[in-house]
Amino acid sequence: MTLIRNDRSVGDTIAKGTGAAGVGAPRVLRAVLGRPSTGMLVILLLILVLFSALRPDTFLGTYNFRSIALAAAVIGVAAIGQTFVLTTGGIDLSVGSVLVFGTVVSAKVMGAMGGASAGWGAVGAGVAVCIVASAFWGLVNGLIITYLRVPALIATLGTLGMAIGAAQIISDGLDIRSVPSVMTNKIGYQNIAGVPVLVLIALVVAAVAGLVLWQTVYGIRTKAIGSNPEGALRSGVPVRRHLISIYVVSGALAGVAGAMSLAQFSTTTIAGHTGDNLTTIAGAVLGGTSLFGGVATIFGTMIGILVPVTLQSGFVILGVEPFWQTFAVGAVLVAAVFMDQVRRGTQNRR
Amino acid sequence: MNETVKTATLAPVVEARGIRKSFGHVQALRGVEFEARAGEVTALIGDNGAGKSSLVKVLSGVYTADEGELLIDGKPVHPGSPQDVRAYGIETVYQDLALAGDLTPYENVFMGRELRRSGALGKLGVVDRGRMRERTAEVFDDLNVRIKDHKGRVAALSGGQQQSVAIARAAMWASHLVMMDEPTAALGVAQTKSVLELIRKVADSGIGVILISHNMTDVLEVADSIQVLRLGARVATFRRGEATIADLVKEMTSGQSTEVTS
Repeated sequence: MTLIRNDRSVGDTIAKGTGAAGVGAPRVLRAVLGRPSTGMLVILLLILVLFSALRPDTFLGTYNFRSIALAAAVIGVAAIGQTFVLTTGGIDLSVGSVLVFGTVVSAKVMGAMGGASAGWGAVGAGVAVCIVASAFWGLVNGLIITYLRVPALIATLGTLGMAIGAAQIISDGLDIRSVPSVMTNKIGYQNIAGVPVLVLIALVVAAVAGLVLWQTVYGIRTKAIGSNPEGALRSGVPVRRHLISIYVVSGALAGVAGAMSLAQFSTTTIAGHTGDNLTTIAGAVLGGTSLFGGVATIFGTMIGILVPVTLQSGFVILGVEPFWQTFAVGAVLVAAVFMDQVRRGTQNRR
Repeated sequence: MNETVKTATLAPVVEARGIRKSFGHVQALRGVEFEARAGEVTALIGDNGAGKSSLVKVLSGVYTADEGELLIDGKPVHPGSPQDVRAYGIETVYQDLALAGDLTPYENVFMGRELRRSGALGKLGVVDRGRMRERTAEVFDDLNVRIKDHKGRVAALSGGQQQSVAIARAAMWASHLVMMDEPTAALGVAQTKSVLELIRKVADSGIGVILISHNMTDVLEVADSIQVLRLGARVATFRRGEATIADLVKEMTSGQSTEVTS
């Protein structure tokens, strides 16, 4: 038990305590909150209606929807990795830093292979390097958590610092713009049948991840570990190996998101990902992933991630100071965890 | 000792001979003899510190004995890990439910041993939910375990139903023996009754059951053989109907009169 997580019983006690309070909530509210994805769709619609009413001309435009979709695609891929981690009862605070590290190393490699004028060979190498470099930090996370028995919260807080620090050392703290223009033009700005390529990539990743979580041995074991790590171990599930692979997946998907971000902005964005951990966790939990492990759907995460992304977009259009965006996402995260506990209260009879 | 001719002809499915196990200066097991037969419920009782859990941990492969012999189906074995013991067809039901509450009953039954689809999909790790559900329903039917919602979460079931799922899982995978550590400790009266019936059914299906329990009433009701441990050794063996609660308590506590003297 100590191998995986020490705080489970505490979390469960808190969850049950709040759940008891949640029983008093109106039946309709409970029914809506009890179905993660539908409840989230309702909340998302409310946000859309609110911003549309306040700024119908700009918010409802194609340009704005496209920018929301692109932002959601990039952060959504990272949120899928976060979902797998949360399902095991873990947490990955390092996603944003790991993403930045991947992009910095990738941009360096693509720069050395010709920079802006480089061809598809350089793009392929850059994408591969971005994914592998990010997956490396996932491996570090997994090894620290399973072999050094450092709780995931602290382990990934540590690698959050290490990965961003390493990225800044490599780049001297300056963004690198040596991204091949073919990557920006053919992936970042390109549409296929009116749908941005980046959005298609995110949808493909989500479809594969959803099937893995829902229909495979890997998915069932991920939920089993989040539900009862000791029980999974006794049943012969290789818990340690599985957990390491989960953090590698989270790192690799942060790398995919990083490569997508490079294609979108044609530069690294070293200072732009400090809130990614907050956003991905909020998106996953809003979508019905339990912070206490065992329960998740990728579909839910894809809907859930639209909430913080739409809020940010709406705030920009309303001219609200950018600092309030971070504030709002933080508040959304707390609200999402509260709803998770209400849900657990209604579902667990004992 | 007190064994009848009928059972003496049945070879023990699991046998411990002269098992010794020490932790530092503490001798937890001092040459324990123990045997469990197929088709029988063998109760293992003893006061706290008598060596019950040490013996179970030796039998389940968690501890390796310092001395002595372990025989499964009459053949000496030297398990080095719980996985080895499971490979011999011995399953353990733990006191704290070892189920994943967020998974369905059939996902729990197949946890760690998931069935895959045939062909390429199976190679990709795609599970065969239909076949797992069918097999689980068959086993539950055989053992008369009734679960309302086969597709719901196990955490939504009552404690007794959860323990029934855990026992049915062990019975399904065990070809030789199921060990149960205090399976009714957390249950109410009615639930205890149905779990005891289930334990009886598991034994009647032909595999051996070792029942560790503090509850003398339960033990007398369900056990075919009762083996009493004291200070790391077996001090008494009773067949069904031979002992009363007073006899058991007497054997557990130093063999003296059960009356408390001050």
